[in-house]
Amino acid sequence: MEFTPPEINLLIVAPVLIIMAAGSLGMVIDLFMPDGKKGWAVWLAAIGLLLALAQNIALWNGNYETFIPQNGVAMVVMDNFAIFLNATFLLTGLLVIPLSRSYLQRTGLEKPEYYMLLLFSISGMMLMGMANDLILVFLALEVLSIPLYIMCGMLWPRPESEESAMKYFLLGAFSSAIFVFGIALVYGATTTTAIPLIFDAVAANGLNAMIVTGLAFLMVGAGFKVAAVPFHMWTPDVYEGAPTPVTAFMSVGAKIAGFAALLRVLMLALPQASGEWVTAVAVLSTLTLIIGNVVAIRQGNIKRMLAYSSIAHAGYILIAVAAAADNPSAGVSSALFYMFAYLFTNLGAFGMVIALERNYGEGNLLDDFKGLAKRHPWLSLAMAYFMLSLTGIPPTGGFSAKFYVFGAAIEAELYWLVLIGVITSVISGYYYLRVVYLMYMFDGEGQLITGRALQFAVFVMAISTLVLGLFPEGLFNLTAEATLSATRLLAGG
Amino acid sequence: MDNPIIVDYLPIFMLLLVALFFALLLPALSLLLGPKRSPKNAAPHKYIAYESGMAAIGEAQRRLPVKFYRIAVLFILFDVDIILLVPWAVTFRNLGFYGLAVMGVFMFLFILGDVWVWKKGILEWE
Repeated sequence: MEFTPPEINLLIVAPVLIIMAAGSLGMVIDLFMPDGKKGWAVWLAAIGLLLALAQNIALWNGNYETFIPQNGVAMVVMDNFAIFLNATFLLTGLLVIPLSRSYLQRTGLEKPEYYMLLLFSISGMMLMGMANDLILVFLALEVLSIPLYIMCGMLWPRPESEESAMKYFLLGAFSSAIFVFGIALVYGATTTTAIPLIFDAVAANGLNAMIVTGLAFLMVGAGFKVAAVPFHMWTPDVYEGAPTPVTAFMSVGAKIAGFAALLRVLMLALPQASGEWVTAVAVLSTLTLIIGNVVAIRQGNIKRMLAYSSIAHAGYILIAVAAAADNPSAGVSSALFYMFAYLFTNLGAFGMVIALERNYGEGNLLDDFKGLAKRHPWLSLAMAYFMLSLTGIPPTGGFSAKFYVFGAAIEAELYWLVLIGVITSVISGYYYLRVVYLMYMFDGEGQLITGRALQFAVFVMAISTLVLGLFPEGLFNLTAEATLSATRLLAGG
Repeated sequence: MDNPIIVDYLPIFMLLLVALFFALLLPALSLLLGPKRSPKNAAPHKYIAYESGMAAIGEAQRRLPVKFYRIAVLFILFDVDIILLVPWAVTFRNLGFYGLAVMGVFMFLFILGDVWVWKKGILEWE
């Protein structure tokens, strides 16, 4: 049999290659650097991320495809959807680095490996957004997860951190297995793993039980990654035990990557099955919203509270996914908007948690927030603002995001889902605003440990949240362009 | 029952029912038919290793030195490396320069990893 190599254009995947190369380079430099010198790793990671971001933005509106095998269907697509998500992941990395620095120094965690693993994980997330083949989705899932397992356990003599890594690893491996089983079933039914070919096969032969079962498995696998109820059990323990900057990174990056995979599979491979998956997504969303928001009320530990809050926010994004069944462009674009706004708000809130944490695990209680407003007025103001944004009160990015998501759901006539979303938003106000109440209305001993890097990052995120709250149209237009390319198949077919 | 998907699912549903039936039946049978003796009243020698077995010493869950684990992980890495190398070697002529280039990149990264492992002292046993 004659073999023809696939068409490869490395410039198109350059953003991922830059990140991977920076990571590998860092691992090698680490070998030849004397032990005392550690500062270079931060700069290497930051420069890698910035270069990748520049190349990524340069590809905007290109709709490139590469890694095209004999069957003519590209494995990697660089459409606006992928580019938008890549930018989200790269920004997450760029913001997590300044948040991490002082925390790593005072917990004795400052190793070059931390930044390199961060880069490797980001490269996996980026591949997730670009993948046009279920095999590549799976590969990306592993590339993003394995560094995260290690990062969770990086505070290793401490049992909580080890527990966190072990739980995440076992549950992650379990969900990967379910995901791969779903791929196998879809492959069995359609004889292909290429997302456009699955679409064609379903268009030609219709749905059958095997495809729908495979779809269910894929959704469960992605459900674990985005921490949707009832696949959320690992989240609070893992988030609590992991080093706080890793928690911040996980709660944003891994979640968005999970949604990237979910959106690609649901919207591009199996939109004809939307009648099947829209109910499932809506039920998942309802459960996630109710359980995430209600259980968060009872948490006395800020990291656990934010863990449940991140579960709840997965519920809001799931509303957008459900809306995408009837109304693809509004659903996908509002999901993208929500994730982008959530990135700044949630990382900002975690920045404050990082600053408040003494040693590992001390200063994580809600009560430690008491009286912070007197000693750190500006940072407390920022924290209060992030909490308002997470609740969804205008003028914040969180409000704009919820506005677009609920708008898309109303257009898709999912009224009861919107009703649950609004009611649970009100419930969430109780535990978010309690942090504000504790900061401003009490006296306490709490002190923040902040470096200039952390203050700058928190400042940037507060301003971004404000800008997204006051002028959301600019970003919304971008997300609307990003969704057109992701749903062009639907328009054509 | 007109919905073809529901009809397609019927065998799976039957399988679930059969599985559930057996899952409940077997414990129920052993409860019904088995001898009813509480473990407390059983003779103490029921709990020690059988006849020629050794008497148990210490706990079953022991700490193992982590170096075994490291070697095992490295073994898996080399294993996977060979799994990828062999099919490439067999189809070497057919794959041509493309195969050589791709494998070159892979081997470069793999050897880079080996250098890292070596320099970090992971292969040292003592």
